[in-house]
Amino acid sequence: MTATDHDRELEGLELDLLLEAVYRRYGYDFRGYAQASLRRRLWRRADLEGLRSLSGLQERILHDPGCMERLLADLSINVTAMFRDPGFHRALRSDVLPELRTHPFVRVWVAGCATGEEVVSVAIALREEGMLDRTRIYATDMDADVLARARTGSFALEKVRDYTRNYISAGGTEAFSAYYAVAGERAVFDPELLRPVVFAQHNLATDGSFNEFNVVLCRNVLIYFGRDLQDRVLRLFDESLPRRGVLALGRKETLRGTAIEDRYEPVVEAERIYRRT
Amino acid sequence: MTGYRLIVIGASWGGLHAVGEILAGLPADFEPTVLVVQHRAEDAEDLLAGLLDRRGPLHVREVEDKDALHSECVLVAPAGYHVLVEPDHFALSTEAEVRFSRPSIDVTLESAADALGPAVVGVVLTGANDDGAEGLAAVRRRGGYAIVQNPATAEASTMPAAARGSASVVAELPDIAALLRELA
Repeated sequence: MTATDHDRELEGLELDLLLEAVYRRYGYDFRGYAQASLRRRLWRRADLEGLRSLSGLQERILHDPGCMERLLADLSINVTAMFRDPGFHRALRSDVLPELRTHPFVRVWVAGCATGEEVVSVAIALREEGMLDRTRIYATDMDADVLARARTGSFALEKVRDYTRNYISAGGTEAFSAYYAVAGERAVFDPELLRPVVFAQHNLATDGSFNEFNVVLCRNVLIYFGRDLQDRVLRLFDESLPRRGVLALGRKETLRGTAIEDRYEPVVEAERIYRRT
Repeated sequence: MTGYRLIVIGASWGGLHAVGEILAGLPADFEPTVLVVQHRAEDAEDLLAGLLDRRGPLHVREVEDKDALHSECVLVAPAGYHVLVEPDHFALSTEAEVRFSRPSIDVTLESAADALGPAVVGVVLTGANDDGAEGLAAVRRRGGYAIVQNPATAEASTMPAAARGSASVVAELPDIAALLRELA
């Protein structure tokens, strides 16, 4: 065994112990996360704290809840945008919403909603299709801080130009500027859009199913999970969807090779929109 | 067989031509997996895999999350995602841009070095920034092999010049495919 192999084995042990400590002290379970990306972000936090090892980070986290909050922010990837991947939102309108129109009431779950950009995007599409007043959107995230930001329904004004372009290529039918008011550096979206939204803290790694939904959106969240945790979460979605319920994943995520693959058919394969058979 | 399992080709400005020239020189039964990390606009309609697919006998497609490490196809990092390497598969990430880039060449090379050690070949081609230099250094530290395009004849010299200090070999573009065939 070479010195580097030895170092690597030791680092692996430190990483496991750190995740165990985080879970037992704070209840956040990162043990099933994809390792390479997790290790990058743990080391980034250790460097920023001036620490030279993951054991050092473990010690600080056990004794300093402030450090845990900072780590949680590092580990919650909150990259999002309104009408991100316009092709997806276009497909949602053309291939998913028409069938739901026939339902008296529609429930949508946005799992891993971060700061809420996608929630507002979906609400806008539902309003333009005349369905928002009979829809409830459940928007969940493990991080209470991002949920608090999502509840404000406001986003940085500097992003709105991009969002407007996305909205148009996603098939929006109105003037995008009618949906928000400018307040300082923020674009504050029409509060009516958030009226049917229930924001709630929910951790996909540890919590269970809490309702049945017509549509589950979980985009660019599963990429951070290892295969076993991905399967756990997909089973959770499966338990939350009736027959013909729709599951939408990120552009580069797939059901291929997963535990629930056989129970789903593609609605729009290219946009990773699936339906339970 | 020298045991190389993964070849990571990093390119930026001028990369489409340079990567294409390398792929044109690789045979259909090329054994190691080839992963291309090419900088481009996040919301660009993704034509890169299609364009590269025409350049040689190997098929080219974008990486999907949890794709097996061993691939018959040449894989391309999707615009807007980092590609991280795990011991037997690839994982995607949308975490922050690194040096203004996502995909980042450094992120892929560093995780490849971590996961696969000496089984990695890193290739840094033309580009007008310094992405790839740190990653290539990590590949060398873990015993992997590093090829850098000659900055003097690259379309943009900054990126290969920044990585040059870590090179196992500095090569002219037309010779890189032959080097990779010898390593495979």
